[in-house]
Amino acid sequence: MTAMEPILRVVNLYKHFGGLVAVKDMSLDLYPGEVVGLLGDNGAGKSTLIKMISGVYHPDAGQIFLDGREVTFSSPMEARRAGIETIYQDLALCENLDAAANIFLGREPVRRQLGVFQVVDRARMFSESRRVLGQLDIHIPDLRRPIRLMSGGQRQAVAITRAVYWNARLVIMDEPTAALGVAEQSKVLALVRTLRDQGVPVILISHNMQDVLAVADRAIVMRRGHRQGERVISQSTGDDLVSLIVGATRDAMPDAGAADSAETALA
Amino acid sequence: MTTLEATTPATRPARNLVGVLGQFWAWLFLLTLIVFFSLTGQGFFSLFNFQSIGANMSIVLIMALGQTFVIILGGIDLSTGFVMGLATVVAAQVMVNLGNSQPLLLVVLAGLAAGAVAGLAAGTVNGLLIARLGVPPFIVTLGMLGIARGIGFLLSGGLPVSVQVQGLGQVGNGSLLYYHPQAGLSFLSPPPGLQGADLRQVVGILPHPLTLMIILVLVCHWLLSNTRFGQHTYAIGGNREAALRAGIPVQRHTIQVYMLSALLAAVAGVLYTTRFTNGAANAGDALLLDSIAAVVIGGASLFGGEGRISGTLIGALIIAVIQNGLVILAINPFWQFVAVGTVIILAVLVDQARARLVR
Repeated sequence: MTAMEPILRVVNLYKHFGGLVAVKDMSLDLYPGEVVGLLGDNGAGKSTLIKMISGVYHPDAGQIFLDGREVTFSSPMEARRAGIETIYQDLALCENLDAAANIFLGREPVRRQLGVFQVVDRARMFSESRRVLGQLDIHIPDLRRPIRLMSGGQRQAVAITRAVYWNARLVIMDEPTAALGVAEQSKVLALVRTLRDQGVPVILISHNMQDVLAVADRAIVMRRGHRQGERVISQSTGDDLVSLIVGATRDAMPDAGAADSAETALA
Repeated sequence: MTTLEATTPATRPARNLVGVLGQFWAWLFLLTLIVFFSLTGQGFFSLFNFQSIGANMSIVLIMALGQTFVIILGGIDLSTGFVMGLATVVAAQVMVNLGNSQPLLLVVLAGLAAGAVAGLAAGTVNGLLIARLGVPPFIVTLGMLGIARGIGFLLSGGLPVSVQVQGLGQVGNGSLLYYHPQAGLSFLSPPPGLQGADLRQVVGILPHPLTLMIILVLVCHWLLSNTRFGQHTYAIGGNREAALRAGIPVQRHTIQVYMLSALLAAVAGVLYTTRFTNGAANAGDALLLDSIAAVVIGGASLFGGEGRISGTLIGALIIAVIQNGLVILAINPFWQFVAVGTVIILAVLVDQARARLVR
């Protein structure tokens, strides 16, 4: 893993709101084909961190590198164009539209009618949707049903598909299983694994330790805005992570430069 | 395989039946009305009467087309009635000034252009206030209702503007084709050389208001169902935040939709001027509610995201058939208000019942 270049590299990000320091000296690396769980209690700074990565907030200090090049985003749209797709809990789907229309929301393909008029190319939207859903092993019986008639898992799948279709370099998922039943939770986690297997790395923000243990390769724990520690999932236990989250333990080495963060955690 | 099946397949057939009935209730209702009035009303079931229903509903329906876009967007445009009235006044005054010195076509086009400019100005102000400053559409368009009303009366001095232009009435009341049993078909005017009783036998086919209405219905249907403009209208109405995050230019689109609504109201106004050869600031006052009613009866949701042009067409047809049928049955015209009001409430009840059962 260390031989590869990280797709995303976040170095010493810092963000405060008035006197409140939300994130300080936060660094993380994300490598191709891995799922990183981002853990932490409420108010630990997880969402501030991802909002900086996805262009919602501008960091007060620190750098973000995407594929080795430094990037700054002035809007979430810029981050998306650069390949950082963020799927928030509310999924940002139009409930009244069908799956294909949601996958192509705002980027509908057009074809010419009578040589002059541009019309939405629905046939292409459906065939492309079917193709990419197939790639991700997602089966949605009727693509023409509006999203509001779909289950929570199907909606999540549509949101993920939209991210993947638009060539996401990485996907950030905020509590993807929070609103789902048990059966659907495991399906969404399977989808996260599928994404990873296809080389799209995922940052998974979750309250649910079981999700992270089930699907992540590494877990990074935040507490009070900084990085409390990092664990390779295959070499750690749930108790281990909980004690990091509640602050009972802390990694010995302060993570100033995050270049060798994986090794830091192992050491 | 990550199979994410929808649940509750057991209730499918029952739900589908209700869903289908719910979808087609408006068509069935219209059909029932037509059958009822055909059996009870002398002269209801005739080509002449159907064409006059079409011509009479044209102004309301053209206003309702724009309203459909606004309501799907999740807004409301209360100003279309008086924007329509303002356009009749502006168009009438331009036509009066050009008078008989210019060719009729030029006079009509100049009136149309002036009315359209007045409408677009009102629509642009509506759109800017709603999209840029975030003022609720109800408030903005209520304000514009008053402003357009006031300006319309100020421009016309409080009186209708009569347009004495040769042949203008023929533009708003004529037909595309005329048919006479002996003289055959002719284009735009009755076959020449017919007198008296013969002239009364001539049947007009496709009155101009009806033709204009059909064209605008088709254009709006195409715009709403086939273009990105229509797709974005549904998206913003469904989830404005999601549309924003997907990069849809929500502000610009909102402004365009209110401009479209006002433009169509203005076109309806100019049609009024050619039909009744005058302009009156309050010409559209009574039509606003009918036009909103047509959209709502057509199944559009006032919460946004749902609605179709075909629905609005049906809604307007139901209203027009009720009004026409009651007149033919010689029932006190005030009952028309009661009937249309009842149908509005009925329509929303049916939609609610359908939504409960389909979910």
